[in-house]
Amino acid sequence: MRPPSPSIPEKEFLLTTLEQSLRLDGRGLIEMRPLELSFGSDLGCVECALGNTRVLAQVDAKMVRPLPERPFEGIITIHSEISPMASPEFESGRPGEEEVALARMLDKVLRRSDAVDREALCILAGQRVWHLRLTIHCLSDAGNLLDCACLAGIIALRHFRRPEVEVLGDEVTIHPPTSRAPVALALHHAPFCLTFAFFRPSSTSTNTSSITPPISLLDPSQLEQRLASGTLSLALNAQRELCVVHKAGGIPLAPEELLSAVEVAVRKAKELDTLVEARVKEDWLRKKVEVR
Amino acid sequence: MSSRIEILNDGGYRSDGRRQYELRDMTFDMSEQAGADGSAIIAHGLTQVLVSVFGPREAKMRSQTLHDRAIINVEVSIAPFSTGDRRKRARGDKRILEFASMIKATFEPVVQTSLHPRSQIDIFVHVLQQDGGVLQACINATTLALANAGVPLLDFVCAVTGGVHAAAPMLDLTTLEENDLPHVTVAVMPRTGRVTLVSMETRLHVDRFEEIFRLAGQAGSVLHKEMRAAVRERTKGVVDAMGSGLRTSDFAEDAMMDDT
Repeated sequence: MRPPSPSIPEKEFLLTTLEQSLRLDGRGLIEMRPLELSFGSDLGCVECALGNTRVLAQVDAKMVRPLPERPFEGIITIHSEISPMASPEFESGRPGEEEVALARMLDKVLRRSDAVDREALCILAGQRVWHLRLTIHCLSDAGNLLDCACLAGIIALRHFRRPEVEVLGDEVTIHPPTSRAPVALALHHAPFCLTFAFFRPSSTSTNTSSITPPISLLDPSQLEQRLASGTLSLALNAQRELCVVHKAGGIPLAPEELLSAVEVAVRKAKELDTLVEARVKEDWLRKKVEVR
Repeated sequence: MSSRIEILNDGGYRSDGRRQYELRDMTFDMSEQAGADGSAIIAHGLTQVLVSVFGPREAKMRSQTLHDRAIINVEVSIAPFSTGDRRKRARGDKRILEFASMIKATFEPVVQTSLHPRSQIDIFVHVLQQDGGVLQACINATTLALANAGVPLLDFVCAVTGGVHAAAPMLDLTTLEENDLPHVTVAVMPRTGRVTLVSMETRLHVDRFEEIFRLAGQAGSVLHKEMRAAVRERTKGVVDAMGSGLRTSDFAEDAMMDDT
C-alpha cells in the first residue's frame, strides 16, 4: 500500500518557509538534529537517535572457517531490516525500494569502504577467522534513516571488543572477557554518512537557465524527505576522504552546488568524529571492563 | 604472482593503448527490435548494453498509476555470459535492484511524464557484455532508446566514468582499471551542464574527487555530440526510407537541433 502523500497545504507551507530559510523544527539549513547515543550493557550494542529517528545496532563475533578464495581475511556481514515498527510505510516480508537502498548504502559505507581491517580478523590462516555480524534494527523513522543507521553501525563497530585469542601452533584458545581484556577492532577509518535534501526554488521565472540554486538541507526530517526534489548522500571520514557519493536522479545540480555540499559535509564529519570518539571513550571508562 | 599490468605507463598510455582522457570506441545501434517502441544497443569498447523501451502504454497494474503523470518502470538483467566467468544472478539481487532504481531515479525528472498521465513507460535493460562502465552504458543506452521511442525528454542524459590513478585522472575505465582505482560515474544533462547522477563507491580524497568530477562533467558534453549525431542520422535514415517525398538533403541543418 502506498503511503499517503503529504497534503497540498503541508507541501505549500514547507516550501514557503524554506524559501525564507526556515525549517519547520527551527533548525538551521545545515544543522543536524542533536545526536543521542545510548550504549547497551553488551560491548558493541548502541542505540543512535537523531531527533525521533532511532536505530539500534549490535555487533557480535564468532569463529568460522574463512572463505576459500580469501583465507587470510575475516568476514563481515551486515543485516538490516526495517520492520513496520519504524513506520507504517514499511511492510514485513518483501523488502521495499527504500529498504534495498538502505541495505545497499550500508553495505557500501561500512563494508566496501574497508572501514574494518579484515586481515586483522584472521586467527589461523585458512582455518579460523572471525565472522563479524552487524545487525541494524530500525526502530523509528522520522526522516533520514540512512544517516542514523550508518552512524549506529560505525559506532557499534568502534564500541565492540572481541575476545582475545591465543594461538599455539594449531591450537586456538579463546579467552573469555573475565580472564583477559577483550580487544578492539582495527578500524582503518570511520565513515560518516550525511544526507542532503534539495528543493526546487519556486521562482516563477520563465528563464530556462534560472540561476537560483536549489535550497539544500542537511539531515531532512520525514516531511522534508518526502517532499524533496532530490537527495544526495555522502559518506566521508574525518581525513577528508569521500567513501561513497550517491546522488541518483532528482533535481539536477550544478557542479558548484554539489561541491559546496561536499565542503559542508567535510566540516560535519570532523565534528561527528570528535563527538563519537569522546562518547565511546566515556562509555568505555564507565564500563570498567579491564581488571588492572 | 605475474607482473601487474601498468594502469598508466610512462609514455602516457593505458593498458588498452588509450591516452589518459581518451574515451573508448563507441557504437550506437538504434535499429528496430521487434515489438519494442524504441531500442538501442550501445557499446563502449567491450561493454555492450541493450535497452528496449515500451510506452507510453496502458499500465498493467491500474492501482499503481498516477493521475497526473506516467510511471516509469525499469528492469535490469545482467546476462550470465556477460563477464569472463559465467555467473547467473538471482532476480532479486540487491545490486541489480539498486541499478534499476538508480536508472529510474535518473530518468524520472528527465522524461516529461506529465504529458502521459495514467500510463506506464517500461524500460528493459540487458547487459550483454561487461568491461567496466556498465552504469554509464546503461544510462546512455536508455537515453537513446527513449529518444528512439519518441518519448518526450527534457534533455539527453550522458554518463561517463572517471577514475584517478596516482593523481592522474582518467576517463572511461575498463574492468581492469575499475578494480584498481577509485572511480566515479557522473551523468550530466548537457544543455544546462547540470549533474543528475553521481555514484562513487570507492574511497577518494575530496580534492581528487573535485578534479575528476569536473572532468567527467565536461566529458559528458563530448558524448552528447556523438549521441545527438547518432540520433539525427537514424532519424534521417528512417525519414528517407519512408519515402515521404521529402528529401532531407533539401533542407538546411535544422536550426533547433543546433544549440550551443
